[in-house]
Amino acid sequence: MRVRRVAAVALRQFYLYRGSPTRIVPLFAWVAIDITLWGFISRYLNKVAAPGYNFIPALLGAVLLWDFLARVMQGVSTAFLEDVWSRNFLNIFATPLLISEYVLGLVITAIATSLVGLFTMLVLASAAFGLSFMVYGIALASFVLVLFLSGIALGIAGSAMVLRLGPASEWFLWPMPALIAPFAGVFYPLSTLPGWMQTVALVLPPAYVFEGMRAIVHRTPWEISNLAIGLSLSVLYIVGAAFFFRQVYRTAVRTGLLARYNAESTG
Amino acid sequence: MTAATSAVPYRELVEAAPVLAVGNLRKAYAGTVAVDDISFAIAPGEIVGLLGPNGAGKTTTVNMILGVLAPSSGSIRIDGIDLLTRRSAALGSTNFSAVYAALPGNLSVEQNLRVFGLLYEVPALSDRIDELLARFDLLRFRNTRGGVLSSGEQTRLSLAKALINRPKLLLLDEPTASIDPATARDIRATIRAFADDNSSAVLWTSHNMYEVEEVCHRVLFLSHGRLLLEGDPRVLPGEYGEANLENLFVNVAREQLRGEAG
Repeated sequence: MRVRRVAAVALRQFYLYRGSPTRIVPLFAWVAIDITLWGFISRYLNKVAAPGYNFIPALLGAVLLWDFLARVMQGVSTAFLEDVWSRNFLNIFATPLLISEYVLGLVITAIATSLVGLFTMLVLASAAFGLSFMVYGIALASFVLVLFLSGIALGIAGSAMVLRLGPASEWFLWPMPALIAPFAGVFYPLSTLPGWMQTVALVLPPAYVFEGMRAIVHRTPWEISNLAIGLSLSVLYIVGAAFFFRQVYRTAVRTGLLARYNAESTG
Repeated sequence: MTAATSAVPYRELVEAAPVLAVGNLRKAYAGTVAVDDISFAIAPGEIVGLLGPNGAGKTTTVNMILGVLAPSSGSIRIDGIDLLTRRSAALGSTNFSAVYAALPGNLSVEQNLRVFGLLYEVPALSDRIDELLARFDLLRFRNTRGGVLSSGEQTRLSLAKALINRPKLLLLDEPTASIDPATARDIRATIRAFADDNSSAVLWTSHNMYEVEEVCHRVLFLSHGRLLLEGDPRVLPGEYGEANLENLFVNVAREQLRGEAG
């Protein structure tokens, strides 16, 4: 693992963001819109629902955390897609760059871009809608960590999928969080789901986060060890996603997919 | 036109510590053999032309040497390092420029060179970038995005990237395809000087036979994935009763077409 090569991958992304407002605006605009929308919905529900229950930490907090996971995933996959869009695979992968260095460079980019989104959401949710993060206590850090790791795993796996299936498959990438959300119980307890969906939720790290979050808000008993399961699963998924990416890359090198991805081989 | 002749026999070159040694290289896809058991070596300072009609296996060969396409069998050693087992180390002393691999158009000229300089871990990178910008007449485009350069300017940028790590092995796929004759002449001189000064080996594919005659010490003719001819581009046509290299090329291409028809 060479630091300069990892830095090169991240620097390329920094250059792209620095020179392009159209890349910077989406880092905070969409999450700001989401927080604004769900902030007003939460306020409205507070008015019409039974008094004494506050939807802000339960609903708006869930939106914030879920958007964070999505931003992390998109941070990794968008950085990868920059190489797809600029037809840069041949240039990048004909260098001494290791796959682990490449993926780490993407992850560093995702950390930077997702932090912009997280900061925007935190400021807006607390300043405009009075969301207090003290409600969640120290568990908030664990929630963010599990969702961050899950987003990274999802981003790497999604990028591997695009590498395997070709540039057009990026349209499978974007809805991935939306596909997982119903199973993860982002907005409702897992007990709401039918049995088979609850079984699926058992292997989804975010499900442990949102169950924990609601337990804290509702002041119901909750085992912190459940979050440890979520954390372990998310680490496992990162390892699995990295392995998947490496295997897809090796297959692409063996079959000629990587060379043809950008260059129409004529010889 | 069957037997391959060799200006410098493969075995002799391998024993003389070549920069590139390709041994029994083969690439087969389902039902198609793109490269069929080719062996060649390139000595330090030597410029070798890889010639052949479209579909002969040139780009497949180049892609395998660049590590972006795995051979079905055979070996590739770059500066004595086995590419298949020590890919990163071998590619550290390699670089390339190809007409089909433009650098990202959304980065400036300097940003492209800096990113790739870091990927190749070039020491004193800023100085090296300045040197290359001057050598390829790109100083005024330092902060210009690659995508808005003319095709000739993009080619010069690609060549600057290709030389950034002073590679021991330089692969050039049609390096002068989109540039004017005067600039092309300058670039040929630059590449020749680079190979001489750094004892670097150059593998050069081109369809411009006059350019090949001028630049290359030796040529390899590929046809149907096989190495058909090998020799000095100034001597080889005469050995096969042709007036010049272009006529020889046309003859090889026709043979390939006859083979495909048959």
